[in-house]
Amino acid sequence: MNDAAVGRIDWNDPSIAKIRRDMLRFAQLQLRDAGAAEDMVQEALFSAMKYEASFAGRSALKTWMFSILRNKIVDHIRKSSREIAGADLVAGSAEDGDDFDALFDERGHWNPEDRPPTWADPESSLSQQQFWEVFDACLDRLPPKTSRVFMMREFLDLDTDEICAELGISTSNCWVILHRARAGLRMCLDRDWFGQEDAPC
Amino acid sequence: MLSCKEVNRLCSEEQDRKLSLTERINLRMHLAICKACTNFRDQMRFLRSATRRYREGQRGPAED
Ligand SMILES: [Zn+2]
Repeated sequence: MNDAAVGRIDWNDPSIAKIRRDMLRFAQLQLRDAGAAEDMVQEALFSAMKYEASFAGRSALKTWMFSILRNKIVDHIRKSSREIAGADLVAGSAEDGDDFDALFDERGHWNPEDRPPTWADPESSLSQQQFWEVFDACLDRLPPKTSRVFMMREFLDLDTDEICAELGISTSNCWVILHRARAGLRMCLDRDWFGQEDAPC
Repeated sequence: MLSCKEVNRLCSEEQDRKLSLTERINLRMHLAICKACTNFRDQMRFLRSATRRYREGQRGPAED
């Protein structure tokens, strides 16, 4: 037995506690249930420790741990998604359905003031802490059910067929909700982040 | 010719399903002459790369 190969990850390192906090925040965002989120993170950490040997070091440790967490959350959602009423979801999203129609004239062209401007070097925003704070705030501003579908698609990486099966909505409905979510996020980021770029510092 | 509104829908849906050949051609023709929709599409793609970073826990400055 080669003990040196075991325990390459120091689970008591402060960086692990920080990853754990980030995992918890991610899980809470997905589940909106503090208890369930705590459980998921705990399970993910146990799995990570148990299967430590399978961590090949090809990706960052944090990325690897997040992928374990994501799988746990997906399993949890598959088991419990029937609790979310599909009809409720459809009704909820219809309420705020016409917001985006107002961006276009009657022929379906952008109103001059609503045309998306060019964003300067958006990729560089991804490494700025303040950008992610704005991003979180914009996510929060989406209607809860719209944001739920969006997160299942983007953060849990489920395909639309699975999402609509889980939630009992039609695929086309799912596309509409996702479009609404993305357009809403885009507008929010444009207003609260990229629109600020010209401001003197 | 597609309207900007229809193009918006396709720019989101192309992230969730494979567009038909006709849709792709119509989209391309519209984007060639419409800067606002081109920006919209770039921004949809940017959102995808942001959510990818997010779900890998890689928010904020590079840590490792
Ligand atoms: Zn256009």
